[in-house]
Amino acid sequence: MIDFWKRFSRNRSAVFGLAILLTVLFVASIASLIYPEDPFRLAGKPLSGPGLNGFLLGSDSLGRDVASGIAHGAKTSLLIGLIATLAAVFIGIIFGAFSGYYGGRIDDLLMRVTEIFQTIPSFVFAILLVAIMKPSIESIVIAITVVSWPGVARLVRAEFLSLKNREFVQACHTLGMSDLRIMLREILPNCLSPIIVIGSLMVATAILIESGLAFLGLGDPNIMSWGFQIGAGRTMLRSAWWVCTFPGIAILITVLAINLVGEGLNDALNPRLRERQ
Amino acid sequence: MNRTNKILRYVSRRLLQGIPIILAIIVLNFFLLNLAEGDAVDVLAGEAGSATPEYMEQLRAKFGLDKPLPVQLLVYLKNVVTLDLGYSFRHDMPVSKLIVDRFWPTLLLMVSTIILAVGFGILLGLLAAVSLNTWKDAVITVFALITYATPLFWVGLMMIVVFSLNFGWFPTSGMENIAAFHEGFDRVKDIAHHLVLPTITLSLFYLALYTRMMRASMLEQYGLDYVVTARAKGLTERRITFVHVLRNALLPVVTMAGVQVGALIGGSVIVESVFAWPGLGMLAFESLFARDLNLLLGIFLLSSALVVAVNLIVDVIYSFLDPRIEIG
Repeated sequence: MIDFWKRFSRNRSAVFGLAILLTVLFVASIASLIYPEDPFRLAGKPLSGPGLNGFLLGSDSLGRDVASGIAHGAKTSLLIGLIATLAAVFIGIIFGAFSGYYGGRIDDLLMRVTEIFQTIPSFVFAILLVAIMKPSIESIVIAITVVSWPGVARLVRAEFLSLKNREFVQACHTLGMSDLRIMLREILPNCLSPIIVIGSLMVATAILIESGLAFLGLGDPNIMSWGFQIGAGRTMLRSAWWVCTFPGIAILITVLAINLVGEGLNDALNPRLRERQ
Repeated sequence: MNRTNKILRYVSRRLLQGIPIILAIIVLNFFLLNLAEGDAVDVLAGEAGSATPEYMEQLRAKFGLDKPLPVQLLVYLKNVVTLDLGYSFRHDMPVSKLIVDRFWPTLLLMVSTIILAVGFGILLGLLAAVSLNTWKDAVITVFALITYATPLFWVGLMMIVVFSLNFGWFPTSGMENIAAFHEGFDRVKDIAHHLVLPTITLSLFYLALYTRMMRASMLEQYGLDYVVTARAKGLTERRITFVHVLRNALLPVVTMAGVQVGALIGGSVIVESVFAWPGLGMLAFESLFARDLNLLLGIFLLSSALVVAVNLIVDVIYSFLDPRIEIG
C-alpha cells in the first residue's frame, strides 16, 4: 500500500486531481448540512448576482440558490457516476470473462453482441433509453450502464485471453478446480489493475453523460443536478451568466480531477508501462 | 489476383458483415418501441382528443397492432427495409422525409468539425511530440486535458456569452438569416458565419482526443528501430519527423476518426440544441419534448447506420494508406 502510494504520488498532477476529488466528495457529503433546505426551494430574490442578497454564487430566475444546487448536484453526479460504472464493470466482466475464457462459439456470440452495442452511438442511445423509460434516477443509471459496458467487456476479454493459457491456470486445471472458480478466484484478480483504471475513467464519462442528459431535460425532476441547472439557466444567459457558468465549472473540475486520478492509477498500477515512456 | 480486385472483395465482405449489425439494431428498435408506454393508436387518440374504445380497436386492426409480436416485427422489418420509418404526427410528415431534410445541416456540421478537429489535433500533437517536455508540450497537454473534461453544452453556452453577446461577432443561433433572403454566394457566407461557433464547440472535445493520440503515436514511432536506422544513415531530424515518423503516426489517428463518429453524433445532438442548428440533433431534441417516439427511433436508426457506413469507409481508406494491412 505504501509502495502503491509512493508510485502514485510520483505523478504530481494525479495527487492534485485526488485533492480536488476529495474536496468535491467533501462538499457532496456535507451538502445537506450547509444547505439543509431543498435546493429547488425559492431562497430569495431571483437573478441576484454572485455575492448579492446573501447568495454566494447568485440565484436563478426562480430564486433558487446556485451554490446550494451545486453542493447537492455534486452528490447526484458522483452517485450516478459511481453506481453506473460499478454496474457497467460488473456486466463487462461477465461478458469479457466468459468470452475470453471459453472462446469459440460463446466468444463469437458475446463479441457480436458487444460489437452491436459499440456501434450504436452511445449518447443518442442513452437519450432514447431515458426517454422511453421516463426520466428518473434509475432510468439514467440504467441508460449509462447500457452504453458503457462494452469497453470493459473488450478489455476483460483480452486479459482473460492472455492469462488463460498461463502455467498457473493450467496448474489449477490439474488440481481439478471448477471453471467458475478459476475465472473468479485465479484469473480475475490478476486483471484487476486495468479494470480499476478503465473504471475510474468511466466515472468521468458517466458524469459527463448524466450532465448532458439533464441539460436536455432528461434528468430526474426531483433531484438537483449540474446539468439541470445549466439547462434551466440557458434562457437567462444574457442577463444572468452565473447560473450557467458555475455548475459548468463544477462539472469541468470534477471530471478533470477524476481523469487525472485515473491516469495516476494507470501509472501506479502498470509500472512497466511507465518505464517504457 | 491484383490489388483492386482484392479491395473490392474486401469491401463487399465488410458490407456483408455490416448487415447483421443493422438488422440487430432494427430489431432492438422494434423492442424499444414496444417497451414504451402506449402505442401509435394511443397517441392518435390523444391527439384527436376523444376516441371510443371501438374506434381504437378498429385503428389497431388497421395498423396491424392487434397481430402477434413476431408478425409485427416482420412488418416492421419490411417497412424499415423499404425506408418507411413511420409517420411523425407532430410534424405531419413521414419520418423518413423529415430525417432526410434535416440530415444535410448535420452532415455539414460534422464534416467541418472532423476537418477542424483532425487537422488541428494532428498539428498540435505533432508540435507537442517534437517539442517534448518543453513549455509548448506542457501548454498543449494541459489544454487537451481541460477540453477533454469540459461538457460540450457548457462550452457552447460560454461561446455564446463571450463571442455573440459580449463581442457580437457571431450569431447566437440558427443556420442562416432567413429574413435577409440571401442568395448565391451571400447565402454561403451567411451559413459559414453561423457555422463557426457550433463547429468550434463540437471540435474541442475531439481536438483534445486527437491531440493526445497524435502525441502518443508520434512518441511511440520515435522509439522504433527504423528511426534509429534513419538517424544512422545521417538523415536530418526534420526529414525523419516529417517523412518517416509522421506518416506512420497518422494511421491510428485515422482509425480513431472512424471509431469516434458515433460519439460525434451524440455531441451534435447537444451542440445543435444549444445553437438551434436545424439538423438531426435539433430534431431529436424537439422530438423529446413532443414525445414523438417514432421520430426519435428513426433518428437513432439512421445514426447507427451512419456509424456502420463510416467505419466501413475508414477501413477501406486504411487499407489504401497502409499496404501492410492484410485484406485478402
